[in-house]
Amino acid sequence: MNRNSRIPTHESRVTADDSRLRDAVVQVLAEAKKSGATAAEAGVNISQGLSVTVRLGEVETVEHTRDKGMGVTVYFGQRTGSASTTDFSEQALRETVRAACTIAKYTAEDDCAGLADPERLAKAIPDLDLHHPWNPGMEQAIELARAAESAARGLDTRIANSEGGSLSMHEGLEVYGNTHGFLGAVAATRHSLSVSVIAQDDSGMQRDHWYTVARDAGLLESPQTVGLQAARRSLRRLRSRKLSTRECPILYEAPIATSLLSHFVSAVRGSSLYRQASFLLDSLGKPIFADFVRIHEQPHLKGAQGSAAFDSEGVATQPRDLIRDGILQGYVLDSYSARKLKMQTTGNAGGVHNLTIDPGQDDLAALMKRMHTGLLVTELIGFGVNTITGDYSRGAAGFWVENGEIQYPVEEITIAGNLKDMFRRIAAVGSDVDTRGNIRSGSILIESMTVAGS
Amino acid sequence: MSEGMLTLARQSLLEPAGLGESDLTRLMGQLMSGRVDYGDLYFQYSRHESWSLEEGKVKSGSHSIEQGVGVRAVAGEKTGFAYSDEILLPALLEAAGAARAIVQQGAQARVPAAFRDAQGRASAAGGRMPGATGEAGRQLYRPDDPLASLPDDAKVKLLERVEKEARAQDPRVKQVMASLASEHEVVLVVRSDGVIAGDVRPLVRLNVTVIVEQNGRRESGSHGGGGRLAYDYFNQEDRALSYAREAVRQALVNLEAVETPAGTMTVVLGPGWPGILLHEAIGHGLEGDFNRKGTSAFAGRVGERVASEQCTVVDDGTIPGRRGSLNVDDEGTTTQKTVLIENGILKGYMQDTLNARLMGVAPTGNGRRESYAHLPMPRMTNTYMLPGKFDPKEIIASVDKGLYAVNFGGGQVDITSGKFVFSASEAYLIENGKITRPVKGATLIGNGPDVLTRVSMVGSDLQLDPGVGTCGKEGQSVPVGVGQPTLRIDGLTVGGTQS
Repeated sequence: MNRNSRIPTHESRVTADDSRLRDAVVQVLAEAKKSGATAAEAGVNISQGLSVTVRLGEVETVEHTRDKGMGVTVYFGQRTGSASTTDFSEQALRETVRAACTIAKYTAEDDCAGLADPERLAKAIPDLDLHHPWNPGMEQAIELARAAESAARGLDTRIANSEGGSLSMHEGLEVYGNTHGFLGAVAATRHSLSVSVIAQDDSGMQRDHWYTVARDAGLLESPQTVGLQAARRSLRRLRSRKLSTRECPILYEAPIATSLLSHFVSAVRGSSLYRQASFLLDSLGKPIFADFVRIHEQPHLKGAQGSAAFDSEGVATQPRDLIRDGILQGYVLDSYSARKLKMQTTGNAGGVHNLTIDPGQDDLAALMKRMHTGLLVTELIGFGVNTITGDYSRGAAGFWVENGEIQYPVEEITIAGNLKDMFRRIAAVGSDVDTRGNIRSGSILIESMTVAGS
Repeated sequence: MSEGMLTLARQSLLEPAGLGESDLTRLMGQLMSGRVDYGDLYFQYSRHESWSLEEGKVKSGSHSIEQGVGVRAVAGEKTGFAYSDEILLPALLEAAGAARAIVQQGAQARVPAAFRDAQGRASAAGGRMPGATGEAGRQLYRPDDPLASLPDDAKVKLLERVEKEARAQDPRVKQVMASLASEHEVVLVVRSDGVIAGDVRPLVRLNVTVIVEQNGRRESGSHGGGGRLAYDYFNQEDRALSYAREAVRQALVNLEAVETPAGTMTVVLGPGWPGILLHEAIGHGLEGDFNRKGTSAFAGRVGERVASEQCTVVDDGTIPGRRGSLNVDDEGTTTQKTVLIENGILKGYMQDTLNARLMGVAPTGNGRRESYAHLPMPRMTNTYMLPGKFDPKEIIASVDKGLYAVNFGGGQVDITSGKFVFSASEAYLIENGKITRPVKGATLIGNGPDVLTRVSMVGSDLQLDPGVGTCGKEGQSVPVGVGQPTLRIDGLTVGGTQS
């Protein structure tokens, strides 16, 4: 939505709990020590939210969410056990610590088990601008969702049906502490507006959607923009055809190009490497991507979805390159997998932070011109990706492109290849960066893959 | 439903919280004041544990407890929902107030008289009330806590034996990862129409994944199983060790796999887990919510032919001990065996109470939710195709050139366009009626409303999957089962790389 529709910030119930949650973490760690643990770590989170869905102009659901949880891991020397609970009573916290300690009696000694090294823990915790509580009230939330859906439905009479427009607001607080003395808290918000509509003509039905998400509700796209985008995306898929089986260039539209980078992350994650379960074993210093590609982490971007000052072990995060000039510069490690590999943690317990592939100069239209003839993929379905071998085969829908122009929509086809080749054969990255998620990418053009169809 | 289950559920969920009949009445009064058609309270307690082994050692284990109450108010097509993770009267009254707020305006006042009449008798009748669904004595699984069904050291030993068995199969086995998990769930549903139902649900699962290596090439294989059972299931009939051997066998087959052909061809699917085809191609498209809203490619097609005459497909929540089975669904409706497709004709949809009411049909016991913090919706239980007349060998022998796929990873469907995928993890070429070479895993894609019309042969060898399926819908995961006999499909697109 635009800035004019913003409602003044309401009092935050979540942050009022900050000291209570810190106390809970301290209590759990003390309890673990009392039970004989040589070390322990605990995380506590609390969140609340509201989500409304309007379908065909009428309210369909209003959901109030309110969650909390506490998780603890105890270490008895090199043995470990974990437990969690949603009950914050003193008795429940004590019992949860006891459950973790019981498990640690039966697990095996593991040289690499343990807390993060103390010198790697975050010393200062910068404000990353992640917390913007927003409470527009139920009536206005419903109006915003309705406005977005009606913008979609009003575009074209072929928008015949709808799965609705939804607005959701979420606010959470997480506190993490360990017996090295680290105690850190992060409050964050996440608000989103989405629309999913169905276009229909004599050829059948097609559904597509659009969404906007932000830490600060003032930065959301307007209901009009979201609705129109959803409607246009559904309409353009009507009269989809199958393609015949062929080899051709593939252009991944930005919102799904991010999936290629998530496959890359899976392959350079410590847990995949020490288990020998990756097609990128022993690849440090080797060319993995096309020579012009740079992929880096930006953990301290203000207000972004993947920003964090410390990871889920309390380790300080830092900006770094994973790929420079196509060459692999580092893995994605937590303390455990780093010790297994005789390396240092990269501050990635819990995942990467705003992983970004540097954009090129071309927007999507220019990338289509550059591809000339090939397949623009706008949707992928299924899970046909093998991280051990790199083999890749997924269901796809999109558009057949000739002379740089969309010819017709296509569906019921697959695209297949091997990620090792696909990464090396990236021909261009677009300037149309999708910044809505933790992985940021423009559209990605791959020289050639196999399309299976009729 | 079994009175025993209801009594257990009351004891676990209401008594520790000090909640009595009068509190439930007060809560329901709070929820139903205003213009609410229907309301329910879903009390849930669950305990979960998992143990995992890698590099020969059980390195980690975890335990979790979740409990809470979901409160729902429905008026027409509107639903208000709130929940509390504290089973305490003030928190529940607040949740009830929040849930009903949305449906207070603009809807008809239709608080059912049944609840008011029946509420006093609820405790006396022990759950069998006027209008209550339920079948006395229904017990598809034992209401025991599976976490306590084996001492912790025996859980560790079980995983260690699985690991040794896998390694003993072949020197090319380089990694073995195994996990053992179980869940003990107690639910109690209290509805505004007077129905009160309880269920106590065990669930266990054992999984093995191995990585093998030969001349620098690495491949993996996975197998597992489980159900609404106790841990001793894995020690019976050599099950746990057979999972290990099966995982190694699959991985070794994949070491020899060549490029998969790309394009449309005849596909023979093996029995059991390949029934994921039915789950994706037709199952989701036959869920009541999508059909009530008209967003499914199957909407308005009851009575039409959607499969070949040889195909009869059911969703059956009543198979004892199965992963997808339930005594009552998460809305307190007794589960049943629902015929979805009979001899190729679409017979009906899977329903929860909301969609059944809005479509003017009976609920089918398919109202399920991930937890108290999620809204129920129509979901599958165990979905499978009944056996046909063909010997599976005869089916393979009938194919000149095609693909034989026997193991699968996940699948997905776009219910509006009807396009679905499922990804093979073990497949072979069929040449001149014989299975020849293994080929690499590939995604198969088809169109739900017509794929079963191209089923030309149905085998006599119905199998259900070993108990590993989890289905995701709108962010909610629930355990499910699938099954089928060997099937021949004349024309399915195979996403290989060999064009």
